[in-house]
Amino acid sequence: MFDGGDSNVRKFNTVNRRVFILKIAKGIIFTGIVARLFSLQITENKKYLTLSDKNRLREWRLPPVRGEFEDYFGNVVAGNTKVYQLHVVPEQVEDFKYLMVRLKNILSLSDKQFSKIVKKKKQQKPWETLIISESLTWDQFSKVNFYLHELSGAKPVLSVARSYPYKANYTHVLGYVAQASESDLLENEEIKNKHVPGLRVGKTGLEKTFENSLIGTNSVKRYEVNAFGKRINQVDFKEGEKGQKVKLTIDTEIQKLCNELLAEKSGSISVMDIFTGEIVAMHSSPSFDPNLFMYGISYKDWDLIRKNPLKPLINKTISGLYSPGSTIKPIVALSALENDVISTKFKVNCTGKMEMYGQTYHCWKKKGHGIVDLRDAIKQSCDTYFYEMSRRLGVDRLNITAKRFGLGNTVFKNLYTEEKKGLVPSTKWKKNALGKGWVLGETLITGIGQGYIQTTPLQLCLMTAQLANGGFKIFPRITVDKNQESLEKIKYKMKESLKITNENSSSLIRSAEEIFYKGEKEYNKLFRNQENIKFVLEAMSASTNEVRGTSYRSRIDDPKYKFAGKTGTAQVKKITKLQRELDLDTAQIPYEERDHAWYVAFGPYKDPRYALCVLVEHGGSGSATAAPLAKKLMKKIIDRHEEREKIRKNNLVDI
Amino acid sequence: MFEQSSYSEQYTFFQKLRSFDFVLIFCVLCLGIISNFSMYSTDGGEFLYHSKSHFIRFVTFFSMMIFLSFFNLRFWHSTAYLFYTITLGFLIWASMYGVTASGSQRWINLYFINLQPSELMKIAIIVCFARYFHREQMSNINSFKNIILSMAILLLPILLVVSQPDLGTSILIAISGVIVLWLAGFNIKYFIYSGLTLIISLPFVISMLKPYQKQRVLTFFNPDRDPLGAGYQIIQSKIAVGSGGLTGKGFLKGTQSYLEFLPEKHTDFIFTLFSEEHGFIGSVILLILYGILIFRILNIGSHSRSFFGKLFCYGFGSAIFVYVAVNMSMVLGLLPIVGSPLPIMSYGGSSMLATMIGLSIVMSTKIHSKQIIH
Repeated sequence: MFDGGDSNVRKFNTVNRRVFILKIAKGIIFTGIVARLFSLQITENKKYLTLSDKNRLREWRLPPVRGEFEDYFGNVVAGNTKVYQLHVVPEQVEDFKYLMVRLKNILSLSDKQFSKIVKKKKQQKPWETLIISESLTWDQFSKVNFYLHELSGAKPVLSVARSYPYKANYTHVLGYVAQASESDLLENEEIKNKHVPGLRVGKTGLEKTFENSLIGTNSVKRYEVNAFGKRINQVDFKEGEKGQKVKLTIDTEIQKLCNELLAEKSGSISVMDIFTGEIVAMHSSPSFDPNLFMYGISYKDWDLIRKNPLKPLINKTISGLYSPGSTIKPIVALSALENDVISTKFKVNCTGKMEMYGQTYHCWKKKGHGIVDLRDAIKQSCDTYFYEMSRRLGVDRLNITAKRFGLGNTVFKNLYTEEKKGLVPSTKWKKNALGKGWVLGETLITGIGQGYIQTTPLQLCLMTAQLANGGFKIFPRITVDKNQESLEKIKYKMKESLKITNENSSSLIRSAEEIFYKGEKEYNKLFRNQENIKFVLEAMSASTNEVRGTSYRSRIDDPKYKFAGKTGTAQVKKITKLQRELDLDTAQIPYEERDHAWYVAFGPYKDPRYALCVLVEHGGSGSATAAPLAKKLMKKIIDRHEEREKIRKNNLVDI
Repeated sequence: MFEQSSYSEQYTFFQKLRSFDFVLIFCVLCLGIISNFSMYSTDGGEFLYHSKSHFIRFVTFFSMMIFLSFFNLRFWHSTAYLFYTITLGFLIWASMYGVTASGSQRWINLYFINLQPSELMKIAIIVCFARYFHREQMSNINSFKNIILSMAILLLPILLVVSQPDLGTSILIAISGVIVLWLAGFNIKYFIYSGLTLIISLPFVISMLKPYQKQRVLTFFNPDRDPLGAGYQIIQSKIAVGSGGLTGKGFLKGTQSYLEFLPEKHTDFIFTLFSEEHGFIGSVILLILYGILIFRILNIGSHSRSFFGKLFCYGFGSAIFVYVAVNMSMVLGLLPIVGSPLPIMSYGGSSMLATMIGLSIVMSTKIHSKQIIH
């Protein structure tokens, strides 16, 4: 001030002026920062709050508890057991190798198991859960938990696995569950929504069909996590619902007997209520224990199942196709009677063979049956009689009757994806499928259940049931449905259909398909004249209960158990002249060339209620192999009848 | 002249104490208390390492500031070059024997403290320039010699700090230095020229940047480019601030920091934590405290009769403003992430020490505002 003079004043003025400019600039910048704070904290607060919650909250979905299957009597046939599993998400593990070596020691894994896990890890994406073990023992589980602080990334999980207490008995009925695959997720929205690592879903059978009601809902745990994904505390727990229970119409006692009867054999047994269509038993042999799949099946076991020549993986009852053999004769006879081709008095002289257009058609009895009428022909299963009758009937009329009684179409609507339709030939079919005209000789062999005709065991069971109930359409089912019609109502409806169709017989003309796909359940009559049905049933009874009947040896005289049936012996190969002359015993023929043994039956004869079908693959003759099994089975079925009726009446009260 | 100076020496202790700026002290204390509570929160609501050492540092350096305030302004004037030279020496020392941490050689080990000389340089450069222009005639200020010399004074430490590497601090030193130069009376056209030169040379500079620095600049322009890598800090910081809302999540209840989503919450991102817990209202209050602090410093400068004190206060006030503005803009996603602590609030001894030294010079200016220095 004193020595600076003018220059100093200018200097002070400059600096003061410039500071003033700076102050304004600072004010503006601070206002800008406040504005930014305002926009973040006030205007966009919601958005950032959500982001913050997304940061800190994680949901852990637990696998849903799968619904159970129960048999008709309420026994659990597919349930759940607790299993302890160990999961690792490779992406979240800092040092995977170290962790694996530690786990190998703690769980004492074998080198083979170890390398399998490492291989599995390479196959999947790093963020996918790697299941180190499907089932830890309690010891292993507690050990892992004890060392958990050293095993960052390892997650011990309490999970549930499917268990099948009756092991091999229900394998084909229920199917099995296994880890959901990518295609399961793509095909089923429900599975996709509920998926957690290690979730098991139905792969075949009813487990697959009823997936959406069985699956249940996930329990959800919400945790607060820190930036490293470590759980800090549990915020919320929402318990999921167990999947719905599915009740089967099957009687485990009978099912078990079926398994025993077919032990060491390849074949199928099915039992059906002839009015309600309830499947009482349905078994395919050989079977296998589905519990093997629970913890992941070993290669050895899987190979045993897969490579077994008796094909345990196939549900023969619904997807095995066979020539029905003589079991089709009641339908052929019925068709001939219904179409007035012959009368019951019509007679044929059986000499053991029949010549036609230069071809010889043999009867199973070399010496021939002599002069037989229709009743005898069914009773003794005379092939010559049926050649002559089918010749007169023609394949197309037979086709209509057979289809009406359930052949050539699936028995269940959409229950089993693997179910086969089978084939009932007709001239039109051959023209379309093979491009050739029908040959009369083919009609003859169709009439004894050989040739093109292909049926599943369950179709034959249904056919027998629909004959046994007096010739009415029924609707087979394997699950108990709350809305199902009662036995009394079904019987009433059948009677009603009798009245209506007697006045207007045009319903007879309706094709089988039309009846099958009709949504409403009408228990329509499948005949023109009920006398014809009665005649056929009586002839079947003769076949079982009269001397010279094909299954006379397997009869039961006690009227309580008395049943009627029809044997069948289906050739799998054309018999050569040489073989005919040799006339070998079953045991002397190679297994693959032996005949299939069939038996269809219904009982009790005085008031029929159940129909059954037994097939023993390559079992030889129906009367020797299949009929004795049916005898034991029928006895059991009728013994169990009262128990079953109790449950049925209880169910009525429930509804 | 001599009389003037002898007059000033007549101040007694109590006179000096009476002329303390209590508003300034109040602001510093408030900020100190807030910073200690925030530090307590970063430790998860416990009195642990960070909160303890921050508390000790604040108490020590605050007392030191009060003590240094009694020093005559002339002392600062006479030691200004020495201060600058020593700090520069420290910087050279750091570049040669410095302690390396997280890829940068910034610290020197003084046995009782790990000193970050670049933080001291923030003050030293202002002191140095204040001294340099104190005697300079207005007509001489824009002389060639002055320009070259002041450029040298400024660029030498900047180059040393950049080479550590510490881009953030060097930018802050540069900005505060440039502001002082401008306040001192440098012609505006020089700044325009050098600004243009800088813009033209920017591509070359960028090409010389370290990869992580380049990454940061690029990430600033688009944080979502790499949400888990370099953009993570900005995104998480914005989420923390934004989720705070009007009143905040409450003391010790900031989930973003408590659950460790916030990076560097003790140092550069302390404001984010504060803002998350205390919301818009708390943030504005904090901003107002800083505003008052800066305003008081500038005010003290305007009342000073010595050009040294005046220029220092203006320079220091502006520097504090720059630190606050850069730090806040950075955590609010308005600027790229460069290391720049928030004065007083952030954890860090050197930064606290530098700020307190600066404040004590300001206080000394206030006490000796009537004094004229030769």
